[in-house]
Amino acid sequence: MTQPASAARQDAPNLVKTPPQQEPKGSGPAFGLRLDLRNLSLLGVLAALIVVGGFTKPDEFLAISNLQLVLTQASIIGVVTVGMTFVITSGGIDLSVGAMVALASVWATTLATQEYGFAGILFTAIVVGVGCGLVNGVLIAYGGLVPFIATIAMLASARGLALQITDGKTQIVTVDSVLDLGVKDAYVLGIPPLVLIFAAVVVIGWLVLNRTTFGRRTFAVGGNPEAARLAGIDVRRQRLYLYVLSGLCCGIAAFMLIVLAGSGQNTNGNLYELDAIAAAIIGGTLLSGGRGTVVGSVLGVLIFTTITNIFALNNLETAVQQIAKGAIIVVAVLVQHHTLRRRGQT
Amino acid sequence: MPEFSAPSRRGILFGTAAVSAGALITGCTSNEPEKKDSAAPANAPVADGAPGKAVTIGFAGPQADHGWLNAINDNAKQRAKKYSDVTLEITEGSNDTAAQIGQVQTLINKKVDVLVILPADGKALTQVGLQAMKAGIPVINLDRIFASPQAYRCWIGGDNYGMGLNAGNYIGEQLKDKPDAKVVELAGVDNLELTKQRTQGFDDALKNYPNIRKVARQAADFTVESGQAKMAQLLQAQSDFDALWNHDDDQGVGALRAIAQAGRKDFIMVGGAGAKSAMDAIKADNSVLKATVLYPPTMAASAIDIARAVAQGKGVGGMAEMEIPASITLYSAVVTKDNVAQYLPTGFI
Repeated sequence: MTQPASAARQDAPNLVKTPPQQEPKGSGPAFGLRLDLRNLSLLGVLAALIVVGGFTKPDEFLAISNLQLVLTQASIIGVVTVGMTFVITSGGIDLSVGAMVALASVWATTLATQEYGFAGILFTAIVVGVGCGLVNGVLIAYGGLVPFIATIAMLASARGLALQITDGKTQIVTVDSVLDLGVKDAYVLGIPPLVLIFAAVVVIGWLVLNRTTFGRRTFAVGGNPEAARLAGIDVRRQRLYLYVLSGLCCGIAAFMLIVLAGSGQNTNGNLYELDAIAAAIIGGTLLSGGRGTVVGSVLGVLIFTTITNIFALNNLETAVQQIAKGAIIVVAVLVQHHTLRRRGQT
Repeated sequence: MPEFSAPSRRGILFGTAAVSAGALITGCTSNEPEKKDSAAPANAPVADGAPGKAVTIGFAGPQADHGWLNAINDNAKQRAKKYSDVTLEITEGSNDTAAQIGQVQTLINKKVDVLVILPADGKALTQVGLQAMKAGIPVINLDRIFASPQAYRCWIGGDNYGMGLNAGNYIGEQLKDKPDAKVVELAGVDNLELTKQRTQGFDDALKNYPNIRKVARQAADFTVESGQAKMAQLLQAQSDFDALWNHDDDQGVGALRAIAQAGRKDFIMVGGAGAKSAMDAIKADNSVLKATVLYPPTMAASAIDIARAVAQGKGVGGMAEMEIPASITLYSAVVTKDNVAQYLPTGFI
């Protein structure tokens, strides 16, 4: 598991009504308790799922290889969700993450790029992700577009461009050094490299959000942009950076997807935007901004991936999977709210 | 493409289509026309490559966001280019029903001579097919079938049930001497009817082999990403099985990747659709993939042939009928190492 045990201090304070000047240095006890409970209830849901998995399919579910599989499958959408957490915390939304992953993955797997091997693919994926994020950021921060509109436009055009580049074809990767990252030989102490990348992104994301000026500004912009502006924060530049950050995460995720699937396809990253938003919200990030938690988002992603894994191991039909997934989302959120309400903290 | 080696009912149907197609490609009907003439009435002209009345064919297909659909568009365009008397009016592909209806209506207004429509959703586009037929424009319905036979002059398409059936029978023959054999199914998009038909055919075929049991079935999304993810789960869930039937070669790229990542070699895999990458793998014979069941995109080229023949009032070579048949179902041939060389040219990228 990637989440640190010390979840209590992982979140900066809620600044919805607090001017940034009065921002406390760390999480106060009240905040700590609230967020701790929130993540504890998510951990409870995850634990319950693990019990169900272990009970229904003990041999398959509890195997080391299955733990590796679940974490690997969580890692790509997990990286995207970390970027999404920042954006939502700042009061924005990024609907283009799936399309950015698709575009970055097909651009990075074109024949020309493959000539430059590992570095060429990695570099292109990240540059394309950052580039798309930059366009999003400029449109939103300086063009005055609503994030919903700007990123939905990016969704459409990036998917279109990805389709045009591939011409609907699957671009198979032939660079062995990239493909080798996905096989068992590349595991470090039993941990797949993709999971290590995910863990690194989570740790860095957590540090940036909770321990840096950049993170405090993100909360401030999401909580009250006007107050943030009065406090001397360049709100527009901060927003620009946040969408670039989301694009960067998508570039990294695209590279990870290339490693895993061994190809670039314009359908890559399908519906990542919904999965990432759902995971962030379940994790306790407030859609209206001002509150966000990286650890919660990671738990949200892990809950989703574990559900999918248990369903597949038990050979459930697609329709049943979808119904149950919806129900579990509702339960997860209800459990959270109920836990908080009992403490009078909602 | 020729399908003469396996004469079944479908084989005969597709074979006749292939005969006419072959004749049209090469334009070599002059070599042996006498044999057919003895059976066919003298006044039944047969479509061939010789230029005839100028024909404008309107083509409306779905968005080519997938290898197979892309190959459909390519096949139609390439075939239309071969005829000096054919002009192809092609619309931008769309997966949006309303948008596609609008596109077909535009083609009707342009008064094309004949329409080839591969609907994003057959049932939803039935009305616009009826509209075209009422306007006097014959409709060639490609693959996804309209709800009413009144909405098309001729239907040509693949056989999803037959795909499953042939995949199941192939696997059955491979495993018939193995007691208590287990198979796993990696299906396509579960909310498409074609996926249910493929599964039904597969299940029906397995009934012929009581020693085989299907132990797991999961649906993917026809994409490499979903193929990899779902296959990785299936491999985790099933530590031991003998054969895998994967509905689609595009998602098969991902499935093969997951199998390689897990280091599994203990079963045989049968794909579906007929992608070039799958045929290359079958030819190389260095992976678990041993066969793929065809769902050939060449049907789009045949649809152009039929559309041209209908517009010119001609019939099919090799058949006694004066008219183009009302429906043509392709044969889902099984491509293995033995016959892959024959099919490789039809493999799509």
